[in-house]
Amino acid sequence: MNATTFEPVAARPAPVRTAGAAGWIRTNLFGDWKTGLMTLLAGGALLYVLPQVFGWAVLRAVWLPDYNACRVEGVGACWGVVAEKYRFIIFGRYPYEEQWRPLVATVLMLCLLAASCTRAFWRPWLVLIWVAILAAFFALMYGNVFGLSRIETDRWGGLPLTILLASLSITLAFPIAVAVALGRRSGLPAIRAFCTIYVELIRGVPLISVLFMASFMFPLFMPEGFSIDVLIRVLAGITLFAAAYLAEVIRGGLQAIPKGQLEAAATLGLSYWQTQIKIVLPQALAMVVPSIMNNFIGLFKDTSLVTIVSLYELTGALSLAINSDANWRPFKLEGYLFIAMIYFTFCFLMSRYSLWIEKQVNKGKAR
Amino acid sequence: MQEPIIRFDKVNMWFGNDFHVLRDIDLCVAPGERIVICGPSGSGKSTLLRCINRLEEHQEGHLYVDGVELTDDLKAIDDVRKKVGMVFQQFNLFPHLTVLENLTLSPMWVGKLPKKEAEARALAQLERVRIAEQAGKYPLQLSGGQQQRVAIARALCLTPKIMLFDEPTSALDPEMIKEVLDVMVELANQGMTMLCVTHEMGFAKAVADQVIFMDQGQIVEQNTPTEFFTNPRSERSKDFLSKILGH
Ligand SMILES: Nc1ncnc2c1ncn2[C@@H]1O[C@H](COP(=O)(O)OP(=O)(O)OP(=O)(O)O)[C@@H](O)[C@H]1O
Ligand SMILES: [Mg+2]
Repeated sequence: MNATTFEPVAARPAPVRTAGAAGWIRTNLFGDWKTGLMTLLAGGALLYVLPQVFGWAVLRAVWLPDYNACRVEGVGACWGVVAEKYRFIIFGRYPYEEQWRPLVATVLMLCLLAASCTRAFWRPWLVLIWVAILAAFFALMYGNVFGLSRIETDRWGGLPLTILLASLSITLAFPIAVAVALGRRSGLPAIRAFCTIYVELIRGVPLISVLFMASFMFPLFMPEGFSIDVLIRVLAGITLFAAAYLAEVIRGGLQAIPKGQLEAAATLGLSYWQTQIKIVLPQALAMVVPSIMNNFIGLFKDTSLVTIVSLYELTGALSLAINSDANWRPFKLEGYLFIAMIYFTFCFLMSRYSLWIEKQVNKGKAR
Repeated sequence: MQEPIIRFDKVNMWFGNDFHVLRDIDLCVAPGERIVICGPSGSGKSTLLRCINRLEEHQEGHLYVDGVELTDDLKAIDDVRKKVGMVFQQFNLFPHLTVLENLTLSPMWVGKLPKKEAEARALAQLERVRIAEQAGKYPLQLSGGQQQRVAIARALCLTPKIMLFDEPTSALDPEMIKEVLDVMVELANQGMTMLCVTHEMGFAKAVADQVIFMDQGQIVEQNTPTEFFTNPRSERSKDFLSKILGH
């Protein structure tokens, strides 16, 4: 028998898929008869529903702020309600002629948030920018300085309030959550007990009751003549509430760090805090980025609950705007679709950003 | 005789209440001495090693490392950890840091070296384990043997007086074992005090001054490698050697 000899094979490029769009459709939508059937059913349903939605929302819609036109038989969506009420929906009860102030403040705030999401700004001085912009935000909104008239916080509302509550509670809840998560694994029983009780207590009640307590009960325990603005109390309530949930998510990440990492850090002489900051947290947080962002998105939408303590953020402002005007009351649905779109825009951006962050923290992870 | 750099004096340790993992350990290690520790699985080899830098706490007896007694005193523990480098079976590199960052972390944060100096030192150590060209990669992008050599370099960056190795080649594919052992032999030849848990008998014969055989938490035999391999004194060592050497 002859021994086989090996001929060296030169490297050649992988074959290119040339099937194109038709091929893609065939393999992905009509791969076998079951897939084909599903495709036909789903496609049929879409063909039935989409034209109706399109007809209602666009073709037969009324765009002008004319409520009589909206009442004609057979018309579609009445977007006039948005055209008529958008200032009230977006700025709430803030005095009409002063609404440039929340507008500028919100734009500033959105720029700050966008900047904070960018790598180039992840420097220590970012904290100073935050302080400066928050100061500007409050100066603009509250006034009483630079000749601006004073607008009490109970007149604040709409999108500026939503963004203020969401961004501050997210920024404050995060460090608290990290501290609580570390505390629950602390070697000191008192700290561990405190953090555990905090998490269990907060998780055991709905956010609404936390808000009620912050808004109505808390003042009862304050000394006479001493009061904290309701906005701040509510902000503290949301923050503490969110932090408890977030702490558990982060603790999950901490638990996934192998013991060997801690031992290696110990043999290298790193202190407890050095180990947590340099070794444990970067890995633990990277592991739970999707869940953290999930919580942030939930928190963003939870701000709509502050309506029940008479802070009229986006959702509250919409109800106010429409309920107060009998002519437009039948067209609440269109109003809700409008703010749903605003919420969706923000949440979608957050979820895209989460994917980007995931990519960043996973650099070098894969072979 | 020279003052020992590590001295176990009737050290006893328990896991929980009833698992006596180290029993009356007496052991002196002279500076520059190379010691190989072997014995069956579960005999307490790792635990003995880990006591030396206080990853485990002994409950009875005294343990001195370079003149410092290991107690609950955190200052003493810090002191000792600066002098003792450790290499683990599973490497335990920090996966989120590059090789270079793995090496500069402790010199910069614990040793308070400026970044430039720490990096120079790190590169010198990477050179020493012949892997300097991988400095910018992440650990998981390296082979097992390369990772273990990085781990050795990381421990060396602290300029330790003593190096502890806990089965450094057990997690490696056969063709990578040699590259790690070569680095360790070189280190031994440069006069480093080494304690090494390993079943690599070739390595033991080549560099060890003493072989320690442990069983059930005790040091059963302490001998020169030649004697230990050709003429073991205890029944347990004979039994063990026949299992790992002969088939
Ligand atoms: N944290 C712990 N708690 C309880 N028992 C432990 C703990 N760590 C180790 N042990 C037990 O102590 C004994 C000695 O462990 P050790 O790791 O020192 O053994 P070893 O000689 O290194 O074994 P191997 O060769 O398998 O690594 C084993 O029986 C092990 O199950
Ligand atoms: Mg072991």
